[in-house]
Amino acid sequence: MRILPSGDHALLVELDTLDQVLGYYTALTASPPADVIDIVPAARTVMVTTSGGLDALSRALRAVTPADGAHAVGDLIELPVTYDGEDLEDVALVLDCSVSEVVQRHTGEEWTVAFCGFSPGFGYLTSSATWDIPRRQSPRTKVPTGAVALAGEFSGVYPRESPGGWQLIGRTDVKIFDQERDPAALFHPGRRVRFVDAGRG
Amino acid sequence: MTSLTILETGPLATIQDAGRVGQASLGIPTSGACDRASYALANRLVGNRDGAAAIEVTFGGLVLHADADLTIAITGAPCPGVPLNAPAVIRSGQVLRLGPPRTGLRTYVAARGGIDVPPVLGSRSTDLLSGLGPAPLTAGQTLPVGCSYDVMPGVDLAPVADPPAGEVVVRVTPGPRRDWFTDAAWTTFTTQSYAVSSNSNRVGVRLDGKPLERARTGELASEGMTLGAIQIPPSGLPVIFLADHPVTGGYPVIAYLTDPEVNPCAQLRPGQPLRFI
Repeated sequence: MRILPSGDHALLVELDTLDQVLGYYTALTASPPADVIDIVPAARTVMVTTSGGLDALSRALRAVTPADGAHAVGDLIELPVTYDGEDLEDVALVLDCSVSEVVQRHTGEEWTVAFCGFSPGFGYLTSSATWDIPRRQSPRTKVPTGAVALAGEFSGVYPRESPGGWQLIGRTDVKIFDQERDPAALFHPGRRVRFVDAGRG
Repeated sequence: MTSLTILETGPLATIQDAGRVGQASLGIPTSGACDRASYALANRLVGNRDGAAAIEVTFGGLVLHADADLTIAITGAPCPGVPLNAPAVIRSGQVLRLGPPRTGLRTYVAARGGIDVPPVLGSRSTDLLSGLGPAPLTAGQTLPVGCSYDVMPGVDLAPVADPPAGEVVVRVTPGPRRDWFTDAAWTTFTTQSYAVSSNSNRVGVRLDGKPLERARTGELASEGMTLGAIQIPPSGLPVIFLADHPVTGGYPVIAYLTDPEVNPCAQLRPGQPLRFI
């Protein structure tokens, strides 16, 4: 673990793996140090911003004992998905399997929101299985709201229409982000997600 | 209800407050006023509570009509034609016209009671990156003014300097990815005079100059970034993150502005020279 400088109000904790990030983030959010404003996990890092001093924050960050089995601690939600995405066949080719096997693999295991970013409520979900899906050669200028997608080791759901380079495998009607709702974001780091096959549209 | 009506907006006028604090882990940017000192001063001058919403005007041009007697204060980039850095009463029916600022870029108009549009996720700020909050102001729009405030301060005029017109020099500290750049690049970074690009906006100040050389190749996994981060994209030209910056970024952050330098950077105009030390 390395602690890197990030201005007058933040420190960046760098870890070796995404699992370590989840374990560290879980422990840190369970008992956040005094004066902490934001704790932002990402693929290999956790950024912590504070309204207090950096020395005290640095000491507190070094004292964190990462949680074990962080994948299994968040609450679980089920998301019905219609698997009719435009890139489903391309993904099957990459994985060297049939389209229905892609769906089986995607629905067959639990996913965990590792971190959020890109746009409000966009979660980067990981599973214990190995996914390694290249992004599309050229990103789409418009990906529809609710599109369920894969890229790299991650799965995600587009919270609103936006440009995007992930491979689209399906769609869900569940609102992933709704600014009128409390909480607005369905995905938060640590939340567990199971995708359920809602049948062909 | 008290209100004011926007007759003209100028290049860009938005509603801003202290932003959506503490929601970064959900991918929700903070947003809020770019020049927080000027925004806070405008609120203080009219006795508003912390966090009341004001209007952020970009390069003047705002024309507004008082639909009732209003107490206002205008701070930040000094626009001719209006009272500056002081509380002022404008009478019902009176029109306030902000000329192009003598120096600086962003001007704040606070009304006693605050702009009272419905908050989104705890803030009335327009976030141009994520699309949260009210849309940018348009001509003809009527804005409600709230009725909760504190006592007026006993101040006639706040003694603040105008944003500088010439070269601006700001202090930086090494960022988390300083080691992605050669020492020669760091020297270039801290000695050359950059020019503010016209592509700058509320997300970031983009700079033109000599590109910086990286000490290593490869891609950075996206990581958390905060206000004042100076990111170096593949072009080698810095981008300083302002209020609407994304929660995470995928390019290495070579340095951060020291805290007091964020507000002056929010006042930089296209073409203005900037140096980091």
